Amino acid sequence: MGKHAGAPDKLIVSGKRLDGRKFNELRPLTIKAGVIPNADGSCSLQLGETQVLVGVYGPREVFPRHMTIQDRAALECIYGMAAFSTSDRARPGPSRRSTEISKVIADALAPAIMLEKYPRTKIDVYIEVMNANAGTRTAAITAAAVALADAGIEMRDLVASVAAGKIEDELVLDLFEPEDNYGEADMPLAMMPRKKDITLLQMDGNLSPEEIKKLIEMSMKACEEIYEAQKAALKEKYKVSSESVEEEAEDGAA
Amino acid sequence: MSEKLYVADRAIVIPGELIAEGIEFLPSGKAFRDGDKIYASTIGMVSVKGRVVKVIPLTGRYMPRKGDIVIGKITAVLAGGWSVDVNSAYAADLPLAEGTSEFIPRGADLSRFFDLNDYVFAEITNVTETKFVKLSASRRPYRRLKGGILIGISPVKIPRVIGKQGSMVKMIKDASGCDVVVGQNGWIWIKGTPETEAKVEAIIKKIEREAHMKGLTDKIKAMLEAKE
Repeated sequence: MGKHAGAPDKLIVSGKRLDGRKFNELRPLTIKAGVIPNADGSCSLQLGETQVLVGVYGPREVFPRHMTIQDRAALECIYGMAAFSTSDRARPGPSRRSTEISKVIADALAPAIMLEKYPRTKIDVYIEVMNANAGTRTAAITAAAVALADAGIEMRDLVASVAAGKIEDELVLDLFEPEDNYGEADMPLAMMPRKKDITLLQMDGNLSPEEIKKLIEMSMKACEEIYEAQKAALKEKYKVSSESVEEEAEDGAA
Repeated sequence: MSEKLYVADRAIVIPGELIAEGIEFLPSGKAFRDGDKIYASTIGMVSVKGRVVKVIPLTGRYMPRKGDIVIGKITAVLAGGWSVDVNSAYAADLPLAEGTSEFIPRGADLSRFFDLNDYVFAEITNVTETKFVKLSASRRPYRRLKGGILIGISPVKIPRVIGKQGSMVKMIKDASGCDVVVGQNGWIWIKGTPETEAKVEAIIKKIEREAHMKGLTDKIKAMLEAKE
């Protein structure tokens, strides 16, 4: 296969990646909880150049009504890319790609949420990609888990997510744009860290069974690291609350 | 079997965080058991009392519970009662018989008792498995709230507004001369003169903002006295 115009000659230069990272190194990660005052829960996340903003609303009344599920909450995720998030203008509005990503994100988050605690309601997760530089769905899942926790929705665990792949026959963690575009394979994974349950696993490209095993191992290790960042972001927002001293009153008063 | 606590009392925990191990412990509040371990299910503060491990939530929407005292807004006048919004995902039902202690003759106009957009102070008498909520407002002090203003704060901050055995509300009521009704669903009704209503609103917003601070009662006391 010939090289595309604008493709870099090499993705690995003297044992390092184009952005200077080692093969098993994440991009710099920043997570901040509670950034949208009008949302019940929110999170902004930056992973290298990739940036996403998530707002969670609910549990609230189901609309349209036919989406109601009698014994649990309906979970709806809407993933969208801002027009300015890519180098070409991204056409606003839902696309085939964003509809599919919305669906896999909802499926990756659902096992962590105690949906059965909120029958006949709906939880809305709105995800906006502010800047895309590969790994937006995994960044979205990581941020959405923090936003759901910030909204006070009961959860069994958080969900941490990262992608790994293959470039020039080397297995690497957390691909960035040129690696995603010109590499051989890309494999996003999401995991609930407490029990190491995988809730999302997709793959694009060619990998041998052994390579997949190695990538899963590599991604799961990185998810632990991401989980610590999620935990820190949530504790940072709520740490002042621990200074509260007085006992709580249980009853209302007239 | 080993019994072990992994976090300190009053520590902040996040969903899925391990709190304790051992079947002797009992999960309460927003904590749950999985096997012989106890985890938190929301962001909250741990409170350990004997064998009971409780997680008090620090964020979240109001979820109706039996016995809660709430303020609701009438959203519909139906044939057999009223439909009420209680600041949650679930609409509450105020049946005809629970609306008032008065006798209501057949075919009477129900909007005479509670009309659309009226506010009602009521108690939740029942919440079913599928979250159908029943209210009662027929006994004192439950009633229709006439006039005044309504403000909303986060329901997790309500205990702080109430204070120990209602000490905080009592102090606000006595000092301002306003009638104040606090609903556990996060809605608060205030009635007085426009000036005192505004003052009480500012004080309650301050309590919400500084719910985590020490010595809040003294601060509020000073604030109540200062602006006389």
